[in-house]
Amino acid sequence: MLQFSGKSVYKGIVLGPVTVFGKQDDPIRRKKIEDADVEIERVRAANEQAKEQLQKLYDKALKEVGESHAAIFEVHQMMLDDDDYLDSIHNMIQTELVNAEYAVAVTGDNFSKMFAEMDDEYFKARSADVKDISNRLVRILEGKEESSLSSDKPSIIVADDLSPSETVQMDKKKILAFVTVHGSTNSHTAILARMMNIPALIGVPLNLDEIHNGMMAVVDGFEGQVIFEPDEALCDKVKDRMEEEREKLKLLESLKGKENVTLDGKKINIYANIGSVGDIGYVLENDAGGIGLFRSEFLYLGRDNFPTEEEQFLAYKQVAQMMADKKVIIRTLDIGADKQVDYFNLGSEDNPAMGYRAIRICLKQPDIFKTQLRALLRAASYGNIAIMYPMITSTWEVERIYEIVDEVKQELDNLQVPYRLPEQGIMIETPAAVMMSDELAQMVDFFSIGTNDLTQYTLAIDRQNEKLDDFYNPHHKAILRMIQMVVDSAHKYEKWAGICGELGADPELTEEFVRMGVDELSVAPSMVLKLRKIIRELDTSKS
Amino acid sequence: MKKFSYTVKDEVGIHARPAGLLVKEAKKYSSKVTIHKEGKSADAGKLMAVMALGVKCGQTVDVEIEGEDEDTAFEALKGFFESNL
Repeated sequence: MLQFSGKSVYKGIVLGPVTVFGKQDDPIRRKKIEDADVEIERVRAANEQAKEQLQKLYDKALKEVGESHAAIFEVHQMMLDDDDYLDSIHNMIQTELVNAEYAVAVTGDNFSKMFAEMDDEYFKARSADVKDISNRLVRILEGKEESSLSSDKPSIIVADDLSPSETVQMDKKKILAFVTVHGSTNSHTAILARMMNIPALIGVPLNLDEIHNGMMAVVDGFEGQVIFEPDEALCDKVKDRMEEEREKLKLLESLKGKENVTLDGKKINIYANIGSVGDIGYVLENDAGGIGLFRSEFLYLGRDNFPTEEEQFLAYKQVAQMMADKKVIIRTLDIGADKQVDYFNLGSEDNPAMGYRAIRICLKQPDIFKTQLRALLRAASYGNIAIMYPMITSTWEVERIYEIVDEVKQELDNLQVPYRLPEQGIMIETPAAVMMSDELAQMVDFFSIGTNDLTQYTLAIDRQNEKLDDFYNPHHKAILRMIQMVVDSAHKYEKWAGICGELGADPELTEEFVRMGVDELSVAPSMVLKLRKIIRELDTSKS
Repeated sequence: MKKFSYTVKDEVGIHARPAGLLVKEAKKYSSKVTIHKEGKSADAGKLMAVMALGVKCGQTVDVEIEGEDEDTAFEALKGFFESNL
């Protein structure tokens, strides 16, 4: 067994035969030419054809991986129109009287070196794009077909590196995985692989001469390993793992893009709960309708000082943009209780769950709150952001929040900073908020029920205390009645109500929630499709 | 000649896509549009030159516009930077 490690781009596992994807490495011959105009005309024609090909690739990628990732082919088209690049090619042909192929190849190398020498990872990676367009031109000039997969059986593609156009042109049904010697996790190939749900390893230090077509290999994206010529025991293990993954994927694929609607036509939104920007991949992968709870604590935890407005703005903006027009509900700071941060200097409390936490800190220390609000209002111009305030017990708290929001708006107006006031809602996680929900509903745009805290406050049970296990019933009627009350209050004033606590993901309650009229369930990304399945099999017209 | 400074807010800087859009925008006008960053400069009508400036988030560029339609180009490009970068 031959084993190598690399950076994993997509977590998946696969066993299959290898196809070594060869670059056409025939050196480009330098030839003397007679008529420079003829060569320049050849470049022009090849350029036109290249742009046509790229347009087709763009359309293909658009369907397969979406607009933002297809955009690279649009950029390639623009690169082909670059004056400096074309001038350099024309100059070489005219002054050195060389063939078009050679002039393009040398120019391509020069420009790609220029990018490769830059000190920023993103711009460094663009040297691959320049190489890609130059190779395309040379191929057309030589009258060659685009390199494609020779194997007709699905296989693991092993290559030195893959250009974006090579990746997108491959017949997806023939690819089990990618393994490349070079490439960065930032490269378009990596992004495409992720979008196609194909296990991929990059930066694998293998010698391509040792690898042959038809060799068996295991690509384990979970461990970041590729193992060539695996023994029988490993093969059996991997086959079982693949079967599990396939089952999961089957469920996923069949439900993606479908509505969360019951057999009798009741609809409900299923959003995802996340705690960091890195989780957005899972949200999109699992086809959640939006983000129902984005815990903003990640910006505050694991550091020595408060995050700046700019840092927060960039993070929120990124999330909003990545989610395109889908709703992103960001919960303001929920520090305190079980989440302690040293630089907040909160001091110790006898009963932190009922102590100085969440909105209470924000209202007592408005400077911290205002920084976050400014960042949120500014980021709201970039997408469908909504703000959610935690730990509300009284209407005056909401009034005070709105006063602070007004002050923030005034400050932004004075500075002429663009912003948008998004939807604002509150978490219902205290029994007090439930009892006040009819009044609160008139003040806010939405409710989201935080069942974890609501259960602990309502049943007076500390979840950490094992002795209380017999008393703890998450399906307690008290909780379910409270949820019904909150939903009814919201609907009375034409507002919506969702659940973002753990209870929302409890499959045993999904039917009841739909019957109650709950408008949204926000759950872990991995639960989105499971709940969709349950909902689509429900018929609430029958009792 | 007209001139403005702009600090890039996009987290990856003037990356490929907005650079492409910028080039398209700059080419709409007959004025010469030049982007300066830390002693380096690039013609805004040339995609690879703009990308090679390697403008990152938080860096400030000076944009110079010179030509017959510099007034309209100034407004349009200023707006472009503010909404795209």
